[in-house]
Amino acid sequence: MSFLLVQALSGLATAATLFLVSSGLTIVFGVTRIVNFAHGSFYMVGAYAGWSLIERFGGTAAGFWGSVAAAAIAVGCLGAAMEIGLLRRLYRSPELFQLLGTFGVVLVVQDLAAWGWGSEDLLGRRAPGLKGSIDILGQSFPLYDLVLIGLGPLVLALLWALFNRTRWGTLVRAATQDREMASALGVDPARLFTGVLFLGGALAGLGGALQVPREAVTLQMDMAIVVEAFVVVVVGGMGSLTGAFLASLLIGQLQAFGILVFPQITLVLVFLFMAVVLVLRPHGLLGRAEEAPPTAPAAVTVPLAAGRNAGWWALALLAAMAALPLAVGDYALILLTETVILALFAASLHLLIGLGGLVSFGHAAWFGLGAYGAALLVRHLGAPMPLALAGAPLLAGAGALVAGWFCVRRSGLYFAMLTLAFAQIAWSVAFQWYAVTGGDNGILGVWPSPWAAGKAAYYWLTLALCGGALWLLRRAAFAPFGYALRAGRDSGLRAESVGIDVRRFQWMAFVLAGAAAGLAGGLYAFAKGSVFPTLLAVPLSVDALVMVLMGGIQTVAGPLAGAAAFHLLESEVMSLTDWWRLALGLVIVALVLLFPRGIVGFVAGLRGRA
Amino acid sequence: MQHRRQTISLLAKAAAITAILAAGLAGGLAGGLPAAAAETGPVRVGEINSYTGLPAFTIPYRQGWQLAVEEVNAKGGVLGGRKLEVISRDDAGKPDDAVRVAQELVTNEKVDLLAGTYFSHIGLAVADFAARNKVPFVAAEPLTDAITWAQGNRYTFRLRPSTYMQAAMLVEEAAKLPAKRWATVAPNYEYGQSAVAWFKQLLKEKRPDVEFVAEQWPAQGKLEAGPTVQALAAATPEAIFNVTFGADLAKLVREGETRGLFRNRKVVSLLTGEPDYLEPMKDEAPEGWIVTGYPWEQIDTPVHKAFVAAYAARFKDQPKQGSLVGYTTMKAIAAAIDKAGSTDREKVVDALSGLTLDSPVGPVTFRASDHQSTMGAFVGTTTVKDGRGTMKDWRYADGTAYLPSDEAARKLRPAE
Repeated sequence: MSFLLVQALSGLATAATLFLVSSGLTIVFGVTRIVNFAHGSFYMVGAYAGWSLIERFGGTAAGFWGSVAAAAIAVGCLGAAMEIGLLRRLYRSPELFQLLGTFGVVLVVQDLAAWGWGSEDLLGRRAPGLKGSIDILGQSFPLYDLVLIGLGPLVLALLWALFNRTRWGTLVRAATQDREMASALGVDPARLFTGVLFLGGALAGLGGALQVPREAVTLQMDMAIVVEAFVVVVVGGMGSLTGAFLASLLIGQLQAFGILVFPQITLVLVFLFMAVVLVLRPHGLLGRAEEAPPTAPAAVTVPLAAGRNAGWWALALLAAMAALPLAVGDYALILLTETVILALFAASLHLLIGLGGLVSFGHAAWFGLGAYGAALLVRHLGAPMPLALAGAPLLAGAGALVAGWFCVRRSGLYFAMLTLAFAQIAWSVAFQWYAVTGGDNGILGVWPSPWAAGKAAYYWLTLALCGGALWLLRRAAFAPFGYALRAGRDSGLRAESVGIDVRRFQWMAFVLAGAAAGLAGGLYAFAKGSVFPTLLAVPLSVDALVMVLMGGIQTVAGPLAGAAAFHLLESEVMSLTDWWRLALGLVIVALVLLFPRGIVGFVAGLRGRA
Repeated sequence: MQHRRQTISLLAKAAAITAILAAGLAGGLAGGLPAAAAETGPVRVGEINSYTGLPAFTIPYRQGWQLAVEEVNAKGGVLGGRKLEVISRDDAGKPDDAVRVAQELVTNEKVDLLAGTYFSHIGLAVADFAARNKVPFVAAEPLTDAITWAQGNRYTFRLRPSTYMQAAMLVEEAAKLPAKRWATVAPNYEYGQSAVAWFKQLLKEKRPDVEFVAEQWPAQGKLEAGPTVQALAAATPEAIFNVTFGADLAKLVREGETRGLFRNRKVVSLLTGEPDYLEPMKDEAPEGWIVTGYPWEQIDTPVHKAFVAAYAARFKDQPKQGSLVGYTTMKAIAAAIDKAGSTDREKVVDALSGLTLDSPVGPVTFRASDHQSTMGAFVGTTTVKDGRGTMKDWRYADGTAYLPSDEAARKLRPAE
């Protein structure tokens, strides 16, 4: 009994940290609609800043808590600076574009933190006066954790008072409910948003600084927390503080007791939980239905242009690319092969985002399933390459068929997070099912058949298959199927009323996108000779999003240009410098600021103005 | 008009895409060097590691091999006067990037052999690439047994003592303890799982009376310290086998001390004695744990002292485990090339099989049977001295004693 009680208390301490971080995220999202990837970076910077201050001043209780508060305020300022310097310039871009900008910030912060604080893990001081533990029914429990447990509800109460008892809070709530109306009534949204980003950043920084006495500060903290914070926000219901609090409590307990019952599945427990919650409750535990779907930037959406000569240009490009092996070396061919594969991958995601208005955070799942499909056929059945390549889109398509049925029943960020949940589940299966997938050591020896083993031969094969798939995707975009999909994106209600079964079209698009990504994955497996769970993991999903957004979502060519730019940039910069994340992050931020409609959107825009 | 507009806009798009491609290709091509200099120019080694993914461990490693390269070249290089040159690349912690980088090093940089890697899965990916392209590969740091056994191939050699070897070293000590009830805590991936599996199997062989009463499998980097410690304590084990490391280890130690998990319990812990993990914990480093590690400041053989002095002089830093591994890796490569008498890949592979060299910690042989080096590890007890963690009562466990016989090892390599 006493053991269970202490276990529950441990869960509460975890929940407190989770709540601090996710409350900031949910406030920022609720008001600004920004999916802030940099929130985890705020948390990490809070921890580093807290560590530095606590090392210097943390000898006394006043010094310790003062340091924590100072770190939180410093990170809050960072948040405000990001709003003023970056996000403010993007409010008129498609909503997702800010996500790309915050991703650039993530990369920059990672390298700056490594530069500023070094790469070694930093173990900070413990809180003065709270070093020991107390006896609770015969079990020791750390004093500091008790303080954290108290801090969670205290912060919730303060936030509640801030939002319900101050003018500023009322304005924020007004803007959360109806941004346009609030600004029509004379509320300056820019200043409000700066304040909100400050608050969100400060909460993340507070959560980070409070971790110093509990764990070592590392450069991996940002990614570890941001995904979990998103889970909390979505489970609780976006924009709902009480929901975030409730979700933190549940997830804290789930983790505390989960390890007793299933010590092996800690990897996916929270994602399984999120999937179940989202399947049962479309808007999380305490969220409310959106008035308008959050990803319907109807005002900026330019209809996809069906260029009359597009086909000829595409053919010319294809011919030029097919001729390249005559002119370039082996490594360039490998780079090109990868670029072509990633172009198909990005285009398949674009089908969902651009045409369907469905933003997926887990698109790597289908890429990875395709890669694993091919590799498993080779490894367990000794299948020849053509058969394995045919299996890739089939397995990915089948996976997408199942996951899609659930996902398309949700919209906006709930859809995105549900796709992420499925991707994480697929990832953990690949990661843990040793007998079949080889676990994290992956599957080796997936090399092409002898006739396609040459670099040029494999490049041509890739070009042919990806070219064909891209042509099909383009056909789909301009077929009645594509128009129905776009109708559903722009106005689901009107589309339904003219007899379009929007969900069914979205489901079909999901399967088509999954199968196309699967083909890309299968080709990638043979290009690399091995597959690993990293092919299904979050970073690759994020890369795909970045490629699509970099290229611009309003054109079919966008994702292709985005994939090429991103991949070539990354691989070239990586071989030049260890600070490639900083360089890549700065390039992304610059791109976002200079070309708020993506590379191809910018080029097309130039034409439009001339 | 409308028609022309679209044509031009498309033209612009195509131009943009081509420009991007061309830029990338130019970069790809620029690296292509003529192979003509092969006989007189420097011997080129392609080196890959997770420099941005795991800087805390890979930067000491890089300094280690840089020192080795400088020493080799100061003494006249290899093959009677050719310089040793290392082209180093980051793999971003991803196996697919590592394979691409390996390809770039082989085709553009014309390297004669490959070396490096830290993560097991990346080591395996590069090993597979090496076998397919028939390039020698000296895996420096990955610990997985698969790289020399289940997935072992002709072209891949591994320096560091494997998971199996380190587990076997610890079992020797664990079997001497009176403890019968054991609990394990290990990160939930191949390294943690095979370490626990070997530990259980080998300990049961020596001590059939032990039982394992609890196991915890935290996700790597995401240890929930409080609940995990509590769950371990609830099983009332007499001893604990730990495989977690890095930030997880620090959390576990701190929470375990606060909650009294380690009171009156012996802890046997893999790698914890390595300065890379012990030093960040400062005066909170655990006391009395039985560990494998590297007590660099106490090893007083002349050759090791010289290594420490040279390292400190060059980098104003103290060596870590990674430094020793990096240094020995590059020394082994230089020795292999000299033994081979050329940079011919097959000859270098033959030279690496059975190559013996003097490392700072003693003679090391790359076994011809399974391409595993006999480099050992230091087994001892952790302690805190002058506010920092270190080891005491240690001994050097030579790897030879903890490897299966040559015949048994050959059977573990299905590919040959």
